Amino acid sequence: MDRVSRRSFVASIGAASLVPAASALAVEQAPSAPAPSHTPLGTQDTAPVYLFFNASEARFIESACERLIPADEHGAGALGAGVPNYLDKQLGGAWGAGERLYRSGPWVAGSASQGYQLPFTPGELFHQALRAINRDLDSRGTPLPRMTAEAQDAYLKSLEGGTVDLNGVPSGVFFDMLLKMTVEGFFSDPVYGGNRDMVAWRMIGFPGAYADYYDSIDRHGVKFEREPMSLGEDGERHIHSDPNIPAHL
Amino acid sequence: MTQRLKEVDVVVIGVGMVGSIVAKELAAAGYKVVGLERGEARFTVPQFQSPAIHDELRFDIRKALMQDNTREAVTFRNQSSETALPIRRWESFLPGTGLGGSMVHWNGQTYRFQANDFELATRTRARYGSKFLDPDVTIQDWGVTYDDLEPHYDRFEYLLGTSGKAGNIKGKIVPGGDPHESPRSREYPTPPQKEHYSGAMFRRAASSLGYHPFPQPSSNLSQPYTNPEGVKLNACVFCGFCERYACEHFAKSVPQTIILPVLLANPNFELRTGCQVQRINLDSTRKKAKGVTYIDAAGREFEQPASLVITSSFALNNVRMLLLSRIGTPYDPTTAKGVVGRNYAYQTMSSVASFFDEDVFINPFMASGASGTIINDFAGDNFDHSGLGFIGGSFIGAVNTNGRPIQYHPVPPGTPSWGKGWKDAVIKHYNHTVMFSLHGSSVSTRQNYLDLDPTYKDAWGQPLLRMTFDFPQNDLKMAAHVTAKAVEIGKAMGAKEVAGSPRKGPYTTTQYQTTHNTGGTVMGGDPSTSVVNRYLQSWDVPNVFVIGASAYPQNASWNPTNTLGALTYWAIDAIKHKYLKNPGRLVSA
Repeated sequence: MDRVSRRSFVASIGAASLVPAASALAVEQAPSAPAPSHTPLGTQDTAPVYLFFNASEARFIESACERLIPADEHGAGALGAGVPNYLDKQLGGAWGAGERLYRSGPWVAGSASQGYQLPFTPGELFHQALRAINRDLDSRGTPLPRMTAEAQDAYLKSLEGGTVDLNGVPSGVFFDMLLKMTVEGFFSDPVYGGNRDMVAWRMIGFPGAYADYYDSIDRHGVKFEREPMSLGEDGERHIHSDPNIPAHL
Repeated sequence: MTQRLKEVDVVVIGVGMVGSIVAKELAAAGYKVVGLERGEARFTVPQFQSPAIHDELRFDIRKALMQDNTREAVTFRNQSSETALPIRRWESFLPGTGLGGSMVHWNGQTYRFQANDFELATRTRARYGSKFLDPDVTIQDWGVTYDDLEPHYDRFEYLLGTSGKAGNIKGKIVPGGDPHESPRSREYPTPPQKEHYSGAMFRRAASSLGYHPFPQPSSNLSQPYTNPEGVKLNACVFCGFCERYACEHFAKSVPQTIILPVLLANPNFELRTGCQVQRINLDSTRKKAKGVTYIDAAGREFEQPASLVITSSFALNNVRMLLLSRIGTPYDPTTAKGVVGRNYAYQTMSSVASFFDEDVFINPFMASGASGTIINDFAGDNFDHSGLGFIGGSFIGAVNTNGRPIQYHPVPPGTPSWGKGWKDAVIKHYNHTVMFSLHGSSVSTRQNYLDLDPTYKDAWGQPLLRMTFDFPQNDLKMAAHVTAKAVEIGKAMGAKEVAGSPRKGPYTTTQYQTTHNTGGTVMGGDPSTSVVNRYLQSWDVPNVFVIGASAYPQNASWNPTNTLGALTYWAIDAIKHKYLKNPGRLVSA
């Protein structure tokens, strides 16, 4: 795992070196961020500060996310892109607490077409499930980060199958939420703490928050070549927000 | 403690597209109008501005502009034998909230329905015989005809400034437009938007197969426009953040860009936001509305007396408002008696993905919500249904609305859902895929309906709306038939792989399909099968008008907004010129 995240770090710094240093404006808008350095905010190789996950939960999440979207010849995977940090900030914030989730009972298991019907908020669901998973892995003697990639995949598939009860959370429900949020963190704007240096957007060629194609739309079939743009940038391509701070809206 | 307010002429429930138009017309005619909006006031500046508006996580995934379902959800079941459970997170459909309503986050796809649609029961019987349909199908005529509505379609399109190309002006077929459309009185207000690459590919392939492609009518405007109200709009820049978003550019026709500036300047109109209407109050005869009771954002309860009540909220909420106010007889599926909640319909959405080589750059992120090239050859009754066992159809189009990657990362069937195989496929196909949208009609049936939930409540303690819905066999057959035709078009484009996804049952609330919920306060000529008459006036309480897509007796092959705009002008004309001159029933029962 170390070797993998190192490689994705090198890839992301390679791209980040094109970006000028943080400006005074950036510091002014993010007063709690560290003093200006030669590394733009949002691209440091510092480990995320986990506010929601405890240490053993974070280890599982980092390994699991990296198997869901692995680093490869195209570039960073979920870990290099900062997805575990994204998950941590989302689950520790309003979304984790049940934002936009109708929460009144009674709680009845429904049909597949009726959707999510558990009483857990996303934050509660992750804590419940991760406690059961880590207990299970402890009893096997091998935490996820120390398994081979093949064994990690096999373990994740056993969760995806959905039959395991994780403290009241069907493992398939946990797996689906983990996968969905991993994809969100990979592709959402870097201000939310994942997609570090817009690495996922570069991989597919999505220009991000850039949004004026009036003169390009009828140039049919021409590859659109432009650096992607984040919500956190001003016109000079500085990233204003620290990905370790939840950009809550 | 309820505070009783001073009586006004008109109270409007919901200040979205319909509410803004009716309030503007009545305030301009000199009536005192109060508009009650449950959400917040919001405007192009500052609320809709970039870069913050270009945030896929916040708007697409977290659904920032949608009805707050922690306070007000809908319960759902496929069959009446099941227990309905709350839709705890919106997915399948996305009702909006706030000033401007759901129209703020629409895509601007601005179709008319066809003459056939308004007389669907009569014309289906005439063409295919009375035994053609499944006996459970409850389609019916609207009580208005296309010819009744044409001037109002025209007025609404000119309010919006819709960009398109006419195909039939007063019966004369015009090259470049949709030859299947019912006659329109004149050309669109503005020319079509520029064509996306996917649209051009579709147009050539569809033409080669003998079909009739045309540019999708768009209310993301192709050029600057000043509407008849004197409000100015800009040209769309194809930002790719349209549906589920508000437009930062004044380029999408929404109440803020077409009519609210005029309405809010009129001293006869008062907007009150953060006001949740609890019910329409009736007098002791229960044949006359006295006004409404609402609770404001601070939790205070008010009674607003009014001579005329217009409910102009989202289709589902119009139905719920009548049920909570006990106006009209609720529908009972066991006896098929009653009307409120009857004939709930939806839309039968299918899709086709065409995958190209990596040297074909589609650039899906360059898009307006309504950029697209369309055929209507398999929509409505534009093809012979004899022997097919279904009615209705779909428009087929390369409708490229966005390339926002959390939601949009098409991969061929058989791709793993995670891991390196998934990542490889996403990278390989993201910029090299053309998606077709198949926008299918929806028949009403005896089994599909809306009522009040016996168990679950909203934040104010009132019952949630309960939806009982599954796709009728008629519509699943239609989806299979039309999807096969669309796959042929994908192949004719030269794609190396074409994957058709015809809509299949059961209906699920967990997958986005469309926010085109219709029916429940159906219009018509017979009080035993309709809630409102042809002027959208309640049969039971004549000083209540219910204006919304809830009036549609079934849903057609096209996006419903333009038809709702036409019905709004049709109804407000009747209110102004007939009802207010002599309040009472406009049609005798």
